[in-house]
Amino acid sequence: MFSNPAFLTIQVLNSLSLAMNLFIIASALTLIFGVLRIVNFAHGAFYMIGAYVLYSVVGSFGETDLGFWTGVIAAGVVMAAVAYVVERFLLSRLYDKEHLLQLLFTFALVLIIKDAVIIIWGAPQYSVSFPPMLSGAVNLGITYYPTYLLFLCILGPLVAIGLWLGLEKTRWGRILRAARLDREMLGALGTDVTKVFSAVFVIGAAMAAIGGALAAPRVAVDPGMDALVIIDCFIIVIIGGIGSLWGSFVGALILGFLTVFGTLIFREWEIVLVYVMMIGVLLVRPWGLFGQPEAERH
Amino acid sequence: MATRGQTIFLILLFVALALVPLAGERYPLELAVQLMIFGLFAMSLNVLIGHVGSISFGHAAFFAIGGYACAYFQTRLGWPIFVSMPAAIGLTAVCALIIGYFCVRLTELYFAILTLAFSMLVWAVAFKWTEVTGGGDGFVGITAPDFMSNPVLFFWFTFAIVAVSVGLLWLLSNSTMGKTFIAIRENPTRADFLGVNVRRMRLIAFVIAGAFAGIAGALLSFYVRGMFPESAFWTQSGQVMIMVLLGGMHSFVGPILGAVVIYVLETFISQYTQYWPIVLGTILLLIVMFAPDGLIGMFRSIGRRMSMRGRRNA
Repeated sequence: MFSNPAFLTIQVLNSLSLAMNLFIIASALTLIFGVLRIVNFAHGAFYMIGAYVLYSVVGSFGETDLGFWTGVIAAGVVMAAVAYVVERFLLSRLYDKEHLLQLLFTFALVLIIKDAVIIIWGAPQYSVSFPPMLSGAVNLGITYYPTYLLFLCILGPLVAIGLWLGLEKTRWGRILRAARLDREMLGALGTDVTKVFSAVFVIGAAMAAIGGALAAPRVAVDPGMDALVIIDCFIIVIIGGIGSLWGSFVGALILGFLTVFGTLIFREWEIVLVYVMMIGVLLVRPWGLFGQPEAERH
Repeated sequence: MATRGQTIFLILLFVALALVPLAGERYPLELAVQLMIFGLFAMSLNVLIGHVGSISFGHAAFFAIGGYACAYFQTRLGWPIFVSMPAAIGLTAVCALIIGYFCVRLTELYFAILTLAFSMLVWAVAFKWTEVTGGGDGFVGITAPDFMSNPVLFFWFTFAIVAVSVGLLWLLSNSTMGKTFIAIRENPTRADFLGVNVRRMRLIAFVIAGAFAGIAGALLSFYVRGMFPESAFWTQSGQVMIMVLLGGMHSFVGPILGAVVIYVLETFISQYTQYWPIVLGTILLLIVMFAPDGLIGMFRSIGRRMSMRGRRNA
């Protein structure tokens, strides 16, 4: 099976495109966790909103390039607006409360968003086609591969590098890293920490929605699509180390390859394999591959 | 932990439940059975959340393990109930010990995410191990003892087991160990300085909580005559957490009160709309925002205000 280079290439690319799509979503989750210290269960629901917004925009524009990319941007904008309202009026009041309340707040969002999606879009399953400019397949010499999925493989590392540069090289990134280390100190030094939190939550939510919009042609758009993606993202974040950008990149790669090759080798037990891997990592490094022990942070 | 008022409330609740069979109707009996099962499940979670202060978001794992194990022992192995149920609870406790061993090394949010991941592992196994669990279709057609086909007898069976379990949890919360748990919740560092082995105590709490969730799961498998992977899914863990929060997580009776209120509300609201989750989500949002101490907390503050007014008038 694996001696066939064309087959192997396709499987590697399948792993990569899945991994990179998940990375875009998981990196936003790890960002929110790192700065706000909130386990955001609603992240999967944000992803779902993105996919549905794309579906609606493509539906009204027709299946054109313009329609697709407008849909991707609209997904981010709509979600950012919703997230801004949620953060300003509700979540921001919970920052000094117990973790449990914040966690259950995001769980309340999951319940509300899921039903709202059913009320707005109904329960049936939708599918979205690839944008015309990225439909078709690319000739890789040994095999053909869908252009859109190849695009995802390339987009992932670009997003990673963009985020890394943003975090390491800009003033904004310095503020975010400071907020991650010591939010009281950052506030004492004159930064409006509440604005930082608000921005991170809004950007993170928009990234989840864009990730969902980009995933829409790959997956079925239905009201249950949020439930498993959030678990995938948590696994990525745990493997990579909570709050670590490159950790989530590596975590996404591991999950992508395990899912695709696990399915080929172990058939349906692949899903269990992923958890076993995660436990294996935690045995050796309880804080994930790139994470830091809690004692060293506040 | 359990104040005198709460103990009286518990006794009254069980007296009220004991009166349900007198109604002579099937529906209230069924509702009461569900209430007791989920009330016990919520109380078991509160050993972690309310007592030691560890937020487990994967408690449904043990609920499911207890249910599946009991179903398997009863149906596939043909064990009698007085063997199968204790064995299922024992197996759940062993699983809780193994999973807990990994989880208690972490704290707070890390702990929450790890428990979530383990519960999803249990879900994945339940979903895929078709030979044992029935896979996605669930484990159906459980062989239950004959007396369980009588709803009144099944009610009393559940009542007895839940009453004994709640009694044991009450003893736990009033014991030295229960007080040690609270010391860990309030200040783990200081508890450590006082010579408490914090990690071991959290593991013990984890196993106790898991075992009682297993009892609730075993009861559910008899009640539904089946077990489904959804009972290990993360949304189930969320549901039971809502019960704990709604009732009041820092009180002994809060979780069972929360279970009662949620069940009655769900039964009532589902008659008018299919969108119960959005109602539940809104209720949860309101509690989180405005009444984080739950119903018990609201009663307490109302009681305090009334006693203050009484004093002013005197």
